[in-house]
Amino acid sequence: MSANLATVSYIGATILFILSLGGLSHPETSRRGNFYGMAGMAIAVLATVFGPRVTPSGYAWIIIALVVGGSIGLYAAKKVKMTEMPELVALMHSFVGLAAALVGFASYVDPALHFEGIEKIIHEVEIYIGILIGVVTFAGSLIAFGKLNGKIGGKPLLLPARHWLNLAMLLLVVWYGREFINAKDISEGMTPLIIMTIISILFGFHMVMAIGGADMPVVVSMLNSYSGWAASATGFMLNNDLLIVTGALVGSSGAILSYIMCKAMNRHFISVIAGGFGAAPAAASGAAAQPEGEVTPLSSAETAELLREAKSVVIVPGYGMAVAQAQHTVNEIVQTLRAKGANVRFAIHPVAGRMPGHMNVLLAEAKVPYDIVLEMDEINEDFPDTDVVMVIGANDIVNPGAEDDPSSPIAGMPVLQVWKAQTSIVMKRSMASGYAGVDNPLFYKENNRMLFGDAKKMLDEVLVALKA
Amino acid sequence: MPLIIGVPRETFAGETRVATVPEVVQKLIKQGYAVAVESGAGNLSNISDDEYRAAGAEVVSTADVWAKSDIVFKVRGPNAEEVGLLKQGGTLVSYIWPAQNPELMQQLAAKKATVLAMDSVPRISRAQKMDALSSQANIAGYRAVIEAANAFGRFFTGQITAAGKVPPAKVFVIGAGVAGLAAIGTAANLGAIVRANDTRKEVADQIISMGGEFVPVDYEEDGAGTGGYAKVMSEGYQKAQLEVFAQQAKEVDIIITTALIPGKPAPKLITADMVKSMKAGSVIVDLAAEQGGNCELTVPGEVAVVHGVTIVGYKDLPCRLAKTASTLYATNLFRLSEDLIKTKSVDPAGEGAAAINMNFEDEVVRGTTVINQGEVSWPPPPPKLSAAPAAAPKAAAPAAASHGHGPSTTVSSPARVATMFAVATVLFGLIGYGAPSAFLGHLTVFVLGCFIGYMVVWNVTPALHTPLMSVTNSISSIIVIGALVQVAPPLADGVTRPELLIKVMAAVAIALTAINMFGGFAVTRRMLDMFRKN
Repeated sequence: MSANLATVSYIGATILFILSLGGLSHPETSRRGNFYGMAGMAIAVLATVFGPRVTPSGYAWIIIALVVGGSIGLYAAKKVKMTEMPELVALMHSFVGLAAALVGFASYVDPALHFEGIEKIIHEVEIYIGILIGVVTFAGSLIAFGKLNGKIGGKPLLLPARHWLNLAMLLLVVWYGREFINAKDISEGMTPLIIMTIISILFGFHMVMAIGGADMPVVVSMLNSYSGWAASATGFMLNNDLLIVTGALVGSSGAILSYIMCKAMNRHFISVIAGGFGAAPAAASGAAAQPEGEVTPLSSAETAELLREAKSVVIVPGYGMAVAQAQHTVNEIVQTLRAKGANVRFAIHPVAGRMPGHMNVLLAEAKVPYDIVLEMDEINEDFPDTDVVMVIGANDIVNPGAEDDPSSPIAGMPVLQVWKAQTSIVMKRSMASGYAGVDNPLFYKENNRMLFGDAKKMLDEVLVALKA
Repeated sequence: MPLIIGVPRETFAGETRVATVPEVVQKLIKQGYAVAVESGAGNLSNISDDEYRAAGAEVVSTADVWAKSDIVFKVRGPNAEEVGLLKQGGTLVSYIWPAQNPELMQQLAAKKATVLAMDSVPRISRAQKMDALSSQANIAGYRAVIEAANAFGRFFTGQITAAGKVPPAKVFVIGAGVAGLAAIGTAANLGAIVRANDTRKEVADQIISMGGEFVPVDYEEDGAGTGGYAKVMSEGYQKAQLEVFAQQAKEVDIIITTALIPGKPAPKLITADMVKSMKAGSVIVDLAAEQGGNCELTVPGEVAVVHGVTIVGYKDLPCRLAKTASTLYATNLFRLSEDLIKTKSVDPAGEGAAAINMNFEDEVVRGTTVINQGEVSWPPPPPKLSAAPAAAPKAAAPAAASHGHGPSTTVSSPARVATMFAVATVLFGLIGYGAPSAFLGHLTVFVLGCFIGYMVVWNVTPALHTPLMSVTNSISSIIVIGALVQVAPPLADGVTRPELLIKVMAAVAIALTAINMFGGFAVTRRMLDMFRKN
């Protein structure tokens, strides 16, 4: 295959990637979008393998690597539970980061690419930055993976003077970058490169360790963005436009998602990344008004009774539903209520769950039709006309304190106004506060009932009572 | 000076409502308005002048209420005399019915008035709180059942007593709009057996939810028009419909008709023959009397007894529940005033609402305003979304669901934009000065790539954010290309490289990205296959 033919194929692949993201604008076209992505990737890989930059002596290596990686990937995709999607995505981000770092190292030790003067400096800067982003993505994603599947605690780890620590690491990275560029040959440049790699790993670990569990949607989408920038940096390093464009697409996609998530929490991006949220509730809630009143517990039979009487029901799922794997039971309850003629809908807060769109995927898995699953903006006005709201394992996203208590740590965050409904039922394991560590005045409202217990178990009981 | 809202006494014969009530007066004052109420305005709604005073309103004479007020709140549209009293360039909020009252429109336009018509509030979800037509129709539906019960000589609910068995009343409601649904609910609560029919198929569920039974017409045609209203049906349908009604007329005791098509005379649905076929003592309440009536024998405004059937043709049912009707109407007006004040320029002195700013970007304000400072602005452009779930779900559902977040449309201040441009210019200048041309080519591609990504991703619907992440994740395994070109590149003569080290690193990178690539696309596919429609 000639160089020109390879370039043309790259253009085709680029267009397919753009179409792929465009296809996701609606569930109906999304399958085709995914197919475009696959086609684009196949074209890109084939054009490269049969292009002028790969000689036949490498085919064996390539095929073996592809087969091994591909089968692991397909196996994982088949086995993963939908509740584990955030972990899987985080893990995969770390692979991209690691691959970017490896390509960077290989590119540095490879004398086949040879530059002089300013081009050499630019090339080395690109290698340095490429490895930096790759390693930070790798390390950060690993910690995110650990936090999401519970191997590492969700509480933010807060070292003293952590901002200074980060700043110091950044300065060190810049200083070693100068050393690296001034190095005369490869072996001399290797030392600063490896030191930088170690610092980046520490930096990636530290960055994600300092972020609380509820901020995970931001972290996951931010790491998604980083993996894109890593690909772009690699593209600069290797003079490859396809890598640059694709990386930019992925990078901006992740950046936009992070922005949406931050907006949904009314927080500044920097403050999420700087971390520490949910760590200082003691200091914050000292000023915040302590909710007054009593909580009214409810049994599952009474819940079923309330639901049976209701004409309009809204269900607000949260991370608790995912943890308890309760989405199928929820769907059965919904089907039962709908058969009785009630109007049942779901209200999804943008940051419900542990990654953007997490709840939508779980409900889709349980075969809940997507046209009764509504966004916060679509449904918030309807709560006053709703008979019963069921909050399943969610807390901060239904906290009225965000709206009416300016001293609350989550003040100003847009929330689902469930307390405006006639009755709200909150399903929780206990009275513990959410990830933000804020007490929830909703629980003490007169029209609120609490259904304590494991979400799955309680919902099963409700379903039995409903069908009786 | 705060803006003064004036509430005159209604002068139309038989009109018992008033455009504000004491509870709402308090809210208006809280919002920064002052309120002047004409003496005696609330008499027919059982609200005394003292109650208004206690709520903070000023009670004034007829001449004063018109002369002093910046904004006039009324129920009925003004008559010629009242138009004369209206302040030059003043603002009026009331029912207007611009299509039916061209002369009134001209008079008001000549006064350079700004007029908001409560009958023209767009039928969109956000405007429901100010939709006076709905709030009053609800009352009419309730009252229709009460009127029927009053004229009907039997219980509504069935009872078995020691003195014998009483059968329940059977009620048939035609048209399940707001009034029809209210009538269904009220009659069902009284214990009657309620049946209902509507040309719009989508309301069948609503009828059932109110405790009624849906009576279908066996003919394939859906009657949903724009804005949640009904449209005129074909001849074939009308024939089939009349057969159903004739059958029902023989069976039921009470018929309540609420069938209206906007801007058209009411369709004649109950013929003289049907009335004749009804049992003696039956009752028909015709809510469409004002538009000529749904029953051929209706005498608008009166109660007629024909063939032993009482036909109630009152045109003023909401006025017969004056207190409730006034309260709900007043609240509708208050919600509208909220929307007007939201757009006003902020008054730093805290002196309250200093000026009303008509924000024509706001769909509700735009639709409701029929005259803006003397310029007729009616009819408004069609509303963008129907309030009711649209008739054809195939066409409508994707339109409603397909929007993403949309790029933020707030416009940055000019100063900020200028700074950004300046910074960008300096930055690009520096790059252009120092960098080689090959790098610049790549930079072009990179910047354009970022922009395309930005444009495309904003369109992604929030429900698909997780699939978006897993697709972008698998697309980012494009990095495999970087590894592929390192495995075995064509080497120039004499160049040696650490072959094994590079090969192993590249192969590991390929394997890692392959996990991503195959796994990512496969799992996305699995996820997307799950998304299904109702």
